[in-house]
Amino acid sequence: MTISTGNVAASRRAWITVFSKEVRENARDRRTLASALLYGPLVGPVLFAVLISFIMVQQREKLEKPLELAIVGAEHAPNLVRHLERQGVIVRPAPGDAEAAIREQREDVVLRIGSRYAEHWQAGKPAPVDLLFDASRTHTGATVERTRALLQQYASTVATLRLQVRGIAPQIVTPVAVVDRDLSTPQSRTGMIMAMLPYFLILSAFVGGMYLAIDTTSGERERQSLEPLLITPVSRAQIMFGKLLATSAYAAASLLICVLAFVVSLGMIPADVAGFSLQLPAVTAVSIMLTVLPIALLAASTQTVVAAMAKSFREAQTYLQFLILLPAVPSLVLVVNPMKPALWMYLTPLFGQSALIGELVRGEEVPVAYIAACSATTVLLSGLFAALAVRLYRSERLAVSA
Amino acid sequence: MIEIRGLRRAFGAVQAVDGVSFAAADARITGLLGPNGAGKTTTLRMLYTLLKPDAGSIRIDDVDALADPVGARQRLGVLPDARGLYKRFTARENIEYFGRLQGLDRETLRRRADALIERLDMRDIEHRRAEGFSQGQRVKTAIARALVHEPRNIVLDEPTNGLDVMATRSLRHYLRALRDEGRCVVLSSHIMQEVAALCDHIVVIAHGRVVASGSAEELLQTTGASSLEDAFVTAIGSGEGLLA
Repeated sequence: MTISTGNVAASRRAWITVFSKEVRENARDRRTLASALLYGPLVGPVLFAVLISFIMVQQREKLEKPLELAIVGAEHAPNLVRHLERQGVIVRPAPGDAEAAIREQREDVVLRIGSRYAEHWQAGKPAPVDLLFDASRTHTGATVERTRALLQQYASTVATLRLQVRGIAPQIVTPVAVVDRDLSTPQSRTGMIMAMLPYFLILSAFVGGMYLAIDTTSGERERQSLEPLLITPVSRAQIMFGKLLATSAYAAASLLICVLAFVVSLGMIPADVAGFSLQLPAVTAVSIMLTVLPIALLAASTQTVVAAMAKSFREAQTYLQFLILLPAVPSLVLVVNPMKPALWMYLTPLFGQSALIGELVRGEEVPVAYIAACSATTVLLSGLFAALAVRLYRSERLAVSA
Repeated sequence: MIEIRGLRRAFGAVQAVDGVSFAAADARITGLLGPNGAGKTTTLRMLYTLLKPDAGSIRIDDVDALADPVGARQRLGVLPDARGLYKRFTARENIEYFGRLQGLDRETLRRRADALIERLDMRDIEHRRAEGFSQGQRVKTAIARALVHEPRNIVLDEPTNGLDVMATRSLRHYLRALRDEGRCVVLSSHIMQEVAALCDHIVVIAHGRVVASGSAEELLQTTGASSLEDAFVTAIGSGEGLLA
């Protein structure tokens, strides 16, 4: 009779066996693959590209389309109206109740010229015109601005003429010359639009790992295969570690696909639409990938802990759907309360990655030390969750199937 | 060889196992017989170190299972109550996974898997995915993966549960062959006939305690009953739960 107690050296590497088994077995499940490597990572980039193109096309139309302006009392100021028409404005009479038209969004903006316009004009007093609009409707902003600019232009042309008639140099009434100099670079403007990019990236890691986290813990218990596994001489820590790494691998793959998809989808948005380039240079894409990679560990470890605590597959699914909201927190906080990145932020997992990706996207130099520090705290936190997962794996409650 | 002494375990207020002691010798089949809920599965779970006993001791060969659970598990091949397979893996892949977890090298693993597949008559399902296996095919695969490291001690929790007559018959043959190789085989069952037909040594468990033990003949003698069934009923105190 041959008795063997197994190769002890080999069983020290049992976590590799567990890892490769989980990766292989789940790769055979079409549903897992689709959700981890297709829907999960691609939803963000696709949604993003569609949304950005839509906003930009809309903005361009607003700016390039001839301005249509409804005017009340055009007959009081024929010169002003003629000036507007010469600037390409299509003038049409306003509806009877101009205020109602604005409130009901039939008009974006209405110019109302009062009956005393001519009287004031002739007296050399400022001639009153009303600009009617609703500032809470943000989409009308561009139209209102264009109208206001045209009116200012007319006013200053007339002012200049009046001063010249009186023999005064027009410069004398412009003691301060304000010149707008927008220092935003194309990348930094992209960054403003792409403030939500970190959220989609972090989300893809959580979505990518979710199914495996459930399948390898409460799923395995529900299918009654956990007990046989735990009876092998492999330590619980090794089993948990192998499973955690498999979950991390799927989360990381999902992340990688998400970053690549962003590079492709943003690159497809024509620069002439955006007014500037949205392309992510390869170096930026790689830096983003490296910055966000530790999130795969964090996602896997938190999800494993939550799934191991759940009593059933269903319960685990419910909890993990809530957990997926977690990566939204830093993005939401930063959108609601924009802060200058501070040290604490770089050192806080999720916050740090959000801030760093934001800076990378804007094309700023990010010190490697920041990325390293942020990654270190994230790995540390993941380690704490992993330790908690090992404790859960050692508990009898996990081992014994109901 | 397996030796259990004074094993106790409670779940909350329920004393599931209340001082169980027995010894299972090598080259013998030892059967734990008892009605449902008698504490058989809990006893076995403590034996294969899944549950910690409140009191008592467990020795497997020369290993104290409480002090060295990993060493104890290396000497055990277990078919637990939970016998789920990985349904996206073939029967062979299921066996090989456990072989690798036991630390077998590639060549040994291939040889052992071949031998088990041959012996358990699994050629037809070797390369089929476990999804859709019959109960018998599942049990065969679960036994093969439990024995891939050729353990000296084999523990089976209700092994014939859900098997048809033919599958039960071939399983019995296989267990006898394992015994004849000198291995220590322990199984639990609530079916009197099965235990009587298969086991060299019978341990009757009721209410978490050993109420009688010995060979079938010895049980007849000590209880003074005329049939085995009467002997069991006398030992347990009632016929409840002892359904064939």
